Amino acid sequence: MAGAVMRPLTSRAGMQSRWRDGQLMKKMAAGFIKPNDRLTSFERLEIYNRQYWFRLQDCFYDDYPGLRAVLGDRRFARLAQAYLTRHPSASFSLRNLGRPLLEFLEAEPQWVAPHRQLALDMARLEWAQIEAFDNEAKPPLTKDSLLEIDPARTRLQLQPHLTLLELSHPVDEFLVQVKRADRLRDEASNAMEAHPARLRRRLRRRLKAATVFLAVHRHQDTVYYKRLEPGAFTVLSAFHAKATLAQACQQLGAVEGAPDDLGAKIKSWFESWAALCWLCRLDRE
Amino acid sequence: MPANAFNAFTDYGIGIGLRVPHYNHILSEKPTVDWFEIISENFMCDGGRPLKVLDQILEQYRVVQHGVSAYFGSAEPLNREHLKKLKRLVKRTKTPWLSDHLCWGSVDGRYTHDLLPMPYTMAAAKVTAGKIRQARDFLEVPIAVENVSSYAEFHVSEMTEWEFLSEVVERADCGILLDVNNIYVSSRNHSFNPFDYIDNVPASRVAQFHIAGHTQYRKYILDTHDHPVIDPVWKLYEHAIRRTGPTATLLEWDARIPSFQEVHHEALKARRFLENVEPKKIAA
Repeated sequence: MAGAVMRPLTSRAGMQSRWRDGQLMKKMAAGFIKPNDRLTSFERLEIYNRQYWFRLQDCFYDDYPGLRAVLGDRRFARLAQAYLTRHPSASFSLRNLGRPLLEFLEAEPQWVAPHRQLALDMARLEWAQIEAFDNEAKPPLTKDSLLEIDPARTRLQLQPHLTLLELSHPVDEFLVQVKRADRLRDEASNAMEAHPARLRRRLRRRLKAATVFLAVHRHQDTVYYKRLEPGAFTVLSAFHAKATLAQACQQLGAVEGAPDDLGAKIKSWFESWAALCWLCRLDRE
Repeated sequence: MPANAFNAFTDYGIGIGLRVPHYNHILSEKPTVDWFEIISENFMCDGGRPLKVLDQILEQYRVVQHGVSAYFGSAEPLNREHLKKLKRLVKRTKTPWLSDHLCWGSVDGRYTHDLLPMPYTMAAAKVTAGKIRQARDFLEVPIAVENVSSYAEFHVSEMTEWEFLSEVVERADCGILLDVNNIYVSSRNHSFNPFDYIDNVPASRVAQFHIAGHTQYRKYILDTHDHPVIDPVWKLYEHAIRRTGPTATLLEWDARIPSFQEVHHEALKARRFLENVEPKKIAA
């Protein structure tokens, strides 16, 4: 029954008429489900088949409004079906439905062509948001405790809710615009453009390729994006890769355009990171 | 005095499901509510707003956990990671009992996120009861299992749904979360008398009631939790509560959720039935 329930629907949102081996689904359903005076065995099984897909598609739709805006509704629906068929939920929580999406898009880029890189950027951003929403927040390091550490021996950890992204499009701005448009349409549908798809296409056309270094994180229970300077991104990425504080700062030298007043820059970065509670637990070598 | 061994919470009164659209109202207005039921899975995370809101709710209200993915009826063993997370939440909420559904929904680590009906066989009852016992022993909290709404019946079933429910809870020695709306929905979908169902479940094991609304289609009824409770369901509730004595009762409203006041008002309609029932000891 699980195989039938999780099998993709037809284009008319019905249960497929044949099983994988060519057998008629009517016959197969009748083999284990009783009909009643109103519904055939096929129709009773179809209720569960539809519920499964509607539930998962709704969840995917809610979790990836940005990707939907990039692809358009029809192509997004095709992607959803392909992805959810290949990666059925492997978690008790629908929160984790998108966990293997990036891996899927990298393996099967045809679902997002010709916007492959844009779609990958957006999928990474939207997954980072999910992680930021409810991942753990460890006790943060204060500015004072940072002053006491030995840079050569200390490894800093980033908060589990923080994700660093190097993006090739400013999808953070794009996603904010998409959400704003969706919110306005929900609040005052008459005031909005008649065709939301047209609006999304226009937003997408305006989007130009540009490297963006971004941190997606949670602060006081709200998810935020914060643009980072390349140097700051380098140091934080080094912490993420378990470099010591000294090793992380050494990598700055390799960053093109590293600021001249490096000491002051690093100080201001650390002050900002400490204020945002991004740094946590010290692991001594 | 508790009406039965699985209903030590006769004073719990009438609760409602804690839902996101009502968070701000509840936290700012602090309305008087007997208790809130939470969906356990929504709070089995490691941080963020869900747990912060939960902690604020716990400061003010009694909370009972209700799960949707233990899948006691699935053939595979219980998921230990799931149980560990659930236990962490149980310690946080101090839920006096914990409920989940008498159903299956996962196969080989793949989750349908649905409450799929079981074949009513003795073999299935034994496996399911064993898993409920394991969960209770691990979680160290009383468990009540809920009857689900269903849209299909199996040829292999050997007994009625209420016989199956009774068999499972007797073998597992656990409580029942009796959902009278689900009984109504299934009775219409499968053409049985819902009063027969209520009269034949062991009243001595009913720990909690669920009431809810549903959607009537041309050929079947879908359990949508998006409408007020209809009169026939209130009649079933009245009949059931007479058998069980005062029992914790909860209104579910999960889709097209109206204002907090409207949901609470709907839930409090149960009061007229609860107040007319004498606390009593019920024979098994």
